[in-house]
Amino acid sequence: MSTAARPRERRSGLMARRSTAYGRGGPLVYLVALLVVALTLGPVLYGALGGFRSNEQLARDPAALPDPWLTRNYEGVLGNSGFWTYALNSTVIALITTVVVVLAGVMAAYPLARYQFKLREPLFMVFVLGLLFPAAVAIVPLFILVTRDLGLGNTWWGVALPQAAFALPTTVVILRPFLMALPKELEEAAMIDGASRIRIFWRIALPLSMPGLVTVGVLAFVASWNAYLLPLLLLQGDMRTLPLGVADFSTQYSADTAGVLAFTTIAMIPALILFLAMQRRIVSGLQGAVKG
Amino acid sequence: MTSPVTAAPEGTDPGAAVTRRAEARRVTPRSGAGKRRQRLEIAIFVAPALALMAVFVVYPVYSAARMSLYRWKGFGPLVDFVGLRNYVRVLTDDVFTDAVVHNFIIVFASILVQLPLGLALALLLNRRIRGRGLLRTIIFVPYVLAEVIAGVVWFQMLQPRTGLLETILGSVGIPVPEQGFLGTPDLALATVFVVLTWKYLGLAVLLFLAGLQGVPDELHEAAQLDGASWWQVQRRIAIPLIAPTIRTWCFLSMIGSLQLFDMVWILTGGGPANATTTMATYLISQGTQGGNFGIAGAASVVLFLIGFVMAVAYQFLVLRRDTKEDA
Repeated sequence: MSTAARPRERRSGLMARRSTAYGRGGPLVYLVALLVVALTLGPVLYGALGGFRSNEQLARDPAALPDPWLTRNYEGVLGNSGFWTYALNSTVIALITTVVVVLAGVMAAYPLARYQFKLREPLFMVFVLGLLFPAAVAIVPLFILVTRDLGLGNTWWGVALPQAAFALPTTVVILRPFLMALPKELEEAAMIDGASRIRIFWRIALPLSMPGLVTVGVLAFVASWNAYLLPLLLLQGDMRTLPLGVADFSTQYSADTAGVLAFTTIAMIPALILFLAMQRRIVSGLQGAVKG
Repeated sequence: MTSPVTAAPEGTDPGAAVTRRAEARRVTPRSGAGKRRQRLEIAIFVAPALALMAVFVVYPVYSAARMSLYRWKGFGPLVDFVGLRNYVRVLTDDVFTDAVVHNFIIVFASILVQLPLGLALALLLNRRIRGRGLLRTIIFVPYVLAEVIAGVVWFQMLQPRTGLLETILGSVGIPVPEQGFLGTPDLALATVFVVLTWKYLGLAVLLFLAGLQGVPDELHEAAQLDGASWWQVQRRIAIPLIAPTIRTWCFLSMIGSLQLFDMVWILTGGGPANATTTMATYLISQGTQGGNFGIAGAASVVLFLIGFVMAVAYQFLVLRRDTKEDA
């Protein structure tokens, strides 16, 4: 690491601009970086390349490149109606979860941010305490509640509503300070003009808080898209989501390694695209959650 | 399963600063009639969220606690009251106590391995090197993938004889166990931990990096003018300054490790010979496969209590310092 500890140029306006990244990279730093990239992407590339090979190729040498490149595994997945059914289920459940959690979350966070009332802090504590209840603790009764009492077993809503409920505490905890930080002059002006509080919420507060809503929405969407435990208990057959489909495919066709790798790789793509498109939002949301 | 990050640290710190800010932004007080109206508005705003939490969080947690006091196979009413017998059975069941031990091994291993590793990578990435943005994106990729999807790929790589890892390790002369890494009881938990580290290291790096970038430039410059080396600056200035972020990461990691389910279920299903069970896999197999709902309820309550006690203890022992320092 000593390679980077070079004396820096004299302090100047230019240097003051950015010097958090103190120290440049020497060859060792680049070597470590390269190693990290290889270890991080290795498994992902193994999956993607493995999907272009045959099982014979994989058995002969697991570490080789496809030779020849075969597209039939990927064609098989894309031509598999099951795959599209799972993708549809995942999408619909993630969308319902996101809409419910964002709407209910911002509605709850608004009075907690803007109103003065005696029970405000205790009410906020209810959401804070909610953070301490992981879904795993309630999972068995939740299964009974959704399937028997509510009759929502094996439905989109049956998974989306509990997911939204468990995502609410984080959402409210992130949104409240965000709403507090919004300028409130517009709202006050509207109030003087006689607009009702509910109208102000819809017409002024909600549009202003869009960036915050997108952040919590993306986090909720990704969490739902990747969720496994609750769908595992509640969904069967044609209602399964992609993670369930991937897991079941890999046990059912365990001999067809190339097919499993192709299926898994395609299932990765939506989350990766969403991440690359929304990277800023996801990162700032996570950092916001930690900094408070 | 929610990712560990969803448990935001404000959970333990409702934020006195936030409250102070709110006071300054107070909306003009209202008259008596306005007050009743305001109460109605608040009720309308908060009702959907509270209703959702009551039905899908509070009620199931309450029924888990109630279930734990009965012998119940999932049919008919709760009549066979057994007091604390389910707890006795859970706590004397070797499979469950081993599961608790496994959870704690993961908790401590995460902090002992991922913290230094994450910190080292964050310090590395905080240097002015080419392709830093790209590097940061790449490191974060595993975190975005579903645990199930990452698990299935690793499961294939770890297959005995046909897996990629065996080939690579074999070619550099490292012996591979006969049953593969996941099939050997002594190695299975360590293997699961390696995969978890691959999956979650990116989050640690990302959070630490954000903290490092918040360290004021002047401090670095002043230290440099005084002749401090790069490492001295990191050790004496940068790392202490991001200590609150580190502590918060430890908290999130701890909560996530205690709830571990998806990765274990995919990689080993808790096996071989219960070598990788966690509290969550135990209660799922008792509840949904064994039909022992009372036992599952007792295990849920124990899981919750362990998490709760650790969260409160951590809040008092460690995170509290941050709040004090703020004040």
